[in-house]
Amino acid sequence: MIRKYADDMSETGTVTATFEVKRGLAEMMKGGVIMDVVTPDQAKIAEDAGAVAVMALERVPADIRVDGGVARMSDPEMIEGIQSVCSIPVMAKARIGHFVEAQILQALDVDFIDESEVLTPADETHHIDKFAFDVPFVCGATNLGEALRRISEGAAMIRSKGEAGTGNVVEAVRHLRSIIGDMKRITQSDQAELFEWAKRLQAPLPLIQEIARTGKLPVPLFCAGGLATPADAALAMQLGAESVFVGSGIFKSDDPSPRAKAIVEATTHFQDPDILAKVSRGLGAPMTGIGMDEIDTRYAERGW
Amino acid sequence: MIVGVLALQGAFAAHQDRLTALGVDAPAVRTADQLARVDALVMPGGESTTMSHLLRTNDLFGPLGSAIGDGLPVFGTCAGMIICATEVLDGRPDQRSFGAIDVGVRRNGYGRQLKSFESDLDVSGFDDPFRAVFIRAPIVERVGDEVEILACHDGVPVLLRQRSCTVASFHPELTPDGRLHAMFVESIESPS
Repeated sequence: MIRKYADDMSETGTVTATFEVKRGLAEMMKGGVIMDVVTPDQAKIAEDAGAVAVMALERVPADIRVDGGVARMSDPEMIEGIQSVCSIPVMAKARIGHFVEAQILQALDVDFIDESEVLTPADETHHIDKFAFDVPFVCGATNLGEALRRISEGAAMIRSKGEAGTGNVVEAVRHLRSIIGDMKRITQSDQAELFEWAKRLQAPLPLIQEIARTGKLPVPLFCAGGLATPADAALAMQLGAESVFVGSGIFKSDDPSPRAKAIVEATTHFQDPDILAKVSRGLGAPMTGIGMDEIDTRYAERGW
Repeated sequence: MIVGVLALQGAFAAHQDRLTALGVDAPAVRTADQLARVDALVMPGGESTTMSHLLRTNDLFGPLGSAIGDGLPVFGTCAGMIICATEVLDGRPDQRSFGAIDVGVRRNGYGRQLKSFESDLDVSGFDDPFRAVFIRAPIVERVGDEVEILACHDGVPVLLRQRSCTVASFHPELTPDGRLHAMFVESIESPS
């Protein structure tokens, strides 16, 4: 089902940018924490704390929320500054549908592009054709249909959207439960019901049939949007996420470094309450956070 | 026989799937207690800096180093290979490795993700090529005299063995082909 725009480099069948190669990097990030950083100093703190990757951006979502206006791809100079100080993968965000921002990010040699609803969408109908790129993409999803549409466009990783910049885990839980709950129900469906699932989710039938067989997405499923504590990270993992993104939750807290380390430990030991109790102690104040009825813009509603 | 899979971070579940498919008990190892119960250990791909950090914070570095010194068979893939090597180039200053196999490896030696690739390999002892996926892979730059080279890609060693330690700079867990896992399991049962 997957189209490949891959380049055959030699007679030994050496190829780059295949679906396996793109998904492979997402596989390597499993059981880890991807942290939003806005400066090289923060990138060093993230790497020192055990992050598996950093997301380089100009403002964390909590600040984008306060500042308003149009949020765009970061300045290449800022991304290169972060690439120069850390050895772990560097991700960066492009606006939904803004394939030229994605072309620029690929030219900068970033390791992963996040086609992200946290930035202001550039296209109200179309997402980026991610098969046209050699660099892998991650996309957000609030439900299974959205996840499968993104995979059919070439995404190599899905993250449940949650509500970025709130420090409130409730939407992340809603989206993760929705995606995983529907996958469980599909595995219980008979062949005839799979056609109805494809219609209802507005998703390609072959992907629905694959889920009926395997019970999971064909790419890793990570969780994002509102995680702020070690317990939040472990909650996402126990609900079935394979890794977590922590955005504003680390660098908007009182003391980022110990919190970052604790969230890394909690993601590894998500099933061990004794370790979770130990690492949750004495971290200082988390980001204040906001309730869903206090926000005007829901980023999760962006994307189609 | 119990072949544990180091499960601090990375592609450990895929390794467990490959081993389970061979009928091998493959529990996750995250603590020294769990380590003490295994006959061999797979160290998966992932981020070597993250794994090295978690080995330290979870007090696993000492016990695992002693176990390897006492002959625990290990199979390290990608980041796992870096952790097994004697010499790591371009690592973090505080990054530590076990020196279980006498090779010098450069972290991300092939480059960033855009340089990641897959290719057929001729593996010593296999009749058919093995499809290997390389993700931001480490590159082997020095091989000690005692080390056996089992496969190369474009002249660079990518699968190597010394005594009870086998390492690969690629990811045999990402493809359904279980032959390398079978080879490792066989080497535990009948050490050469």
